[in-house]
Amino acid sequence: MIGALEELQKQAEAEINRAKTEEEILAIKTKYLGRKGLLTHLLRNIKELSPDERPGFGKRSNEVKEALSEQIENSIKEKASQKKSKALICEKIDVTLPGRGVKHGRVHPVVQVLEEICRIFMKLGFSTVEGPEIELDYYNFEALNIPKNHPARDMQDTFYIEENIVLRTHTSPVQVRIMEKHRPPVRILSPGRVYRPDSDITHTPMFHQIEGLLVDRGVTFGDLKGALTTFIKQFFGDATALRFRPSFFPFTEPSAEVDIQCVMCHGAGCRVCGHSGWLEILGAGMVDPEVFKNVGYDAEEFTGFAFGLGLERIAMLKYGITDIRLFFENDWRFLEQF
Amino acid sequence: MQVSLKWLKDYVDIEIAPEELAEKLTMAGLEVDSIHEAPPPFKKVVVGRIISINPHPNAEKLSLCEVTTGEAVFPVVCGAGNIRVGDMVPFAGVGASIAGGYTIKSSKIRGEVSEGMLCSEEELGIGEDATGIMILPNHLIPSQELAGALGLNDTVFDISITPNRADCLSVIGIAREIGAITRQKIRYPKIQLSEAKQDIQQITSVEIRDADLCPRYAARVIKDVTLKSSPAWLRMRLEALGLRAINNVVDITNYVMLEMGQPLHAFDYRFLEEGRIVVRRAKQGERFISLDGKERVLDSDVLMICDGVKPVAIGGIMGGLNSEVKDDTKDVLLESAYFNPSSIRKSARLLGISTEASFRFERGIDPDGVARALNRAAQLIAELSGGAVCRGYIDQHPRKIETAKNIILSTQRVNDILGTTITAPEMLSILEKLEMATQKVEKEIYRVTPPTFRVDITREIDLIEEIARLYGYNRIPITLPSISVMTVSDDRKGKLQESIRRLMTGHGYSEIITYSFISPQFAECLGLKEGEEMRSVIIKNPLSEEQSVMRTTLIYGLLETAKKNANVGCSSLKVFEMGKTFFHQREGELPLEKNKLGVLLIGSRYDDTWHFKGIKADFYDLKGWAESLLDGLKISHFKFEAGVPQTFLHHGKACNISIGNNLVGFLGEVHPDVLAKMGLNERAFVCELDLDLLVSCLSHKIIFREIPKYPSVLRDVAFLIPVGLTAKEVMDLAEEHREELLEKVNVFDVYTGCGIPDGMKSLGLRFSYRSSRKTLTDDEVNQVHNSIIKDIVRLTGAKVRGVEN
Ligand SMILES: [Zn+2]
Repeated sequence: MIGALEELQKQAEAEINRAKTEEEILAIKTKYLGRKGLLTHLLRNIKELSPDERPGFGKRSNEVKEALSEQIENSIKEKASQKKSKALICEKIDVTLPGRGVKHGRVHPVVQVLEEICRIFMKLGFSTVEGPEIELDYYNFEALNIPKNHPARDMQDTFYIEENIVLRTHTSPVQVRIMEKHRPPVRILSPGRVYRPDSDITHTPMFHQIEGLLVDRGVTFGDLKGALTTFIKQFFGDATALRFRPSFFPFTEPSAEVDIQCVMCHGAGCRVCGHSGWLEILGAGMVDPEVFKNVGYDAEEFTGFAFGLGLERIAMLKYGITDIRLFFENDWRFLEQF
Repeated sequence: MQVSLKWLKDYVDIEIAPEELAEKLTMAGLEVDSIHEAPPPFKKVVVGRIISINPHPNAEKLSLCEVTTGEAVFPVVCGAGNIRVGDMVPFAGVGASIAGGYTIKSSKIRGEVSEGMLCSEEELGIGEDATGIMILPNHLIPSQELAGALGLNDTVFDISITPNRADCLSVIGIAREIGAITRQKIRYPKIQLSEAKQDIQQITSVEIRDADLCPRYAARVIKDVTLKSSPAWLRMRLEALGLRAINNVVDITNYVMLEMGQPLHAFDYRFLEEGRIVVRRAKQGERFISLDGKERVLDSDVLMICDGVKPVAIGGIMGGLNSEVKDDTKDVLLESAYFNPSSIRKSARLLGISTEASFRFERGIDPDGVARALNRAAQLIAELSGGAVCRGYIDQHPRKIETAKNIILSTQRVNDILGTTITAPEMLSILEKLEMATQKVEKEIYRVTPPTFRVDITREIDLIEEIARLYGYNRIPITLPSISVMTVSDDRKGKLQESIRRLMTGHGYSEIITYSFISPQFAECLGLKEGEEMRSVIIKNPLSEEQSVMRTTLIYGLLETAKKNANVGCSSLKVFEMGKTFFHQREGELPLEKNKLGVLLIGSRYDDTWHFKGIKADFYDLKGWAESLLDGLKISHFKFEAGVPQTFLHHGKACNISIGNNLVGFLGEVHPDVLAKMGLNERAFVCELDLDLLVSCLSHKIIFREIPKYPSVLRDVAFLIPVGLTAKEVMDLAEEHREELLEKVNVFDVYTGCGIPDGMKSLGLRFSYRSSRKTLTDDEVNQVHNSIIKDIVRLTGAKVRGVEN
């Protein structure tokens, strides 16, 4: 009897292994384990065995039943998963086709530069303020120690609206407006559009500047060097060499121009830097006592520094743009690169 | 300002290379823009050696020479008698050029071939000797470039002089700086003047009628001059700096101006009526022909130099045609004066002329240098023109020209401002190198008097700058300012702009920047007739008509951008700009500036790809963006109201945008006429929002609301309503019910066409009901819902589709 049991198991296992579909497996399940199945049938014959043989046979037949049940269940699962995966294969697509276009917008390169500069100075405690773009001659010139009929006016050609109203030629008038309203300490950044009648490959009649001003007790030229060095290293990289050299602005004294080592030739000399190895990137200086006088600050009590830089120039250096006019043509083929 | 190395070396020893000198000058504030070589007047002339001299068979006075350059031997026909075999001579071969620009060609002279020319000093333009061939030192090597062999090349520095440094507009001025930087002593030119017997007082006089504009006027007379071209050394000096040599008298006035910075003018004495000078203001409308032949119309602010009868020069700016020195001039009156700087500048601008003289006068010349330059020029004129300098000079000096004296300098203050620890002796040594007189007052306090040529130094801070400049900016230690917080109002506008930029780019819109000035055509183009947009601000001196009016709207710039891109094949665009618009208020007052956001959508909704082809954007694309933007900015009470806010918008597809009671902008499709005028072929949609108003509508706080505990119940209803009735009108009726349980109403469908009667449309609304206290039953919902529907039907005449009523 045991022999018949073993035989049955072998036979069933062979059938399970041969089966190809879930349906065939289910048929096998009925054939062997069903109520009228072959295993059930064999069990019914247990009475024919001697009482000593019965427990052994019972145990063995249960084992066979469990083993077959498990194999059948596994096989069913396997067949089902094969079927599903076959169905998925039918849904196969060409994954190399481009995705459904979602285009992100671009931030104008000048604004990107502006944002980066602001972030750096914000860390040094500066906050941003704005001023009018159409200015009184007083704020644009006179309060900044640039009197009428002074040669310093040659430094900035000017668009006029009326005799005493101009398109601001620099962001410096914001300094004066802020100092008129606030007592020190003052620590501001003032970005914005400025205007000068000039148009060629390196000049547009409108461009952007950012102005910085810091006034407090005990501010020194060394502090100016420190703040601007920090900025330049953060913006252009730690390894950037820079130099401060004397210059002249009517509203600062001592005045300085700050040069960085040419980003194109690394100091060897090229067309961009006029073969000097240096690029002029910002103007700065200690606020002239005359400006303090004009806003009612005591120049004995407070000192301060101011700086200004042109954003387009920085963006041109950063991105290697050679024609400034591109910034305002808004050609998509230009904009999409940023 | 250009200066040459050779000229500088007249006054100061320079032992460093030109590049190093340039670097030092730049780092002391005299920025050297470029350095270039200035060659002598000849080109490609080399050293040659004469190897044979034979008589010319056909001409007695000529000889046939053979000249070797070491590499080749050339036959040369020569007329000079001073040469011998073995002499080193300047040889100008075929292709070389000599003074005056003559290029040497191969030629036949009286039947004999000549492959070049042997030159005299005069022919080379480097000396006066024209009597014979220049015999060169024997140690030279044939074939050597002559210019190099004789050291005739000069080096020219082009230096940009900042407007404060009037004293550096001269060769001596630059030499002084070099002396201060390199610690070398300056050698000023010695003036040795031998005067004739005749006293100038007997010949001429000077009368100054306006001492404000002309505080000092000095003059000399030089008689019996011979005008001719200047000697080679003088011509070379001037030409190296790019000036054209004219004649000895004019060249000397230019030379002394370049040397000392004092502009001079020479009059032909015979044209000075009554033989005297009167300095006065011009009469209003007076006419005068200046040296350049142009007739100038003057006003009473312009200072004129006159003779006894008529004007002869525009003071400090330009001489007159009527008194200019000519080839036959015999007697010269030489002027050296000090003119009021701002008056010169004003006149020069009025007349639209800037000359070497006016440039120097308006920056301020050395008031003490007037007579020195006069004497120096008189000496040179006498030497180079054979004239006799009359005894004495006139020096009218009716007003003292103030120069700074006794500026108090605190050495502590210097270090406080620079952040340095420079010692007092170091500071004094710097100041003394700059020819400043210093005197100790007490500990750490000094009295400093700058030289009269340093007109820029009047205050302590000016001295501090000088100390910093020569001490070296790069030696000043780097420190960081200590942080003390400033209380400026929070930068809400900046934050708003940042948020907008983030939201816009997230929506696929790119930022553009257009010029703030636009064409005056914009009003006509946009069909503007009246209103705020017509109050534009006009630039008096625009670069071009297209950029002559300050914009009052961003829309024109956006449409122009669309046009420019369409021209290069990009007809679909999603862009925005943030910037100011300007509105004229009252004469003499600053215009009103408003910050705006402008947005443009044109062409396809998506890029044409295999997914979407030719799906055009429409009104609702832009509106959807606007809703999302306002929502993203956490602005809640915004409304889009039908209307025609702007002439340039499509009458049926435009709306106002308001927040609370503020009208903050508009949105709509661009009017087809405007598109046609702009030359645009695609429909365009634009929006403009006032950022200043938007800032005031921003709410600062987000207050959290509990997430609903109980489910909502939805009811969909399709209304049949007249086409003219807006969705908002229907939805507002539901809102007006103020039913607590009604959470929101959405449009889920709009339909016209098949099955809908003409003039009607189907509007599908989804009503959402919810209670915060419990799960609603159908009965509870139906009660509220039915009453709302009934009201809508009653008040609008709508029919509920699928229901007979
Ligand atoms: Zn370079």
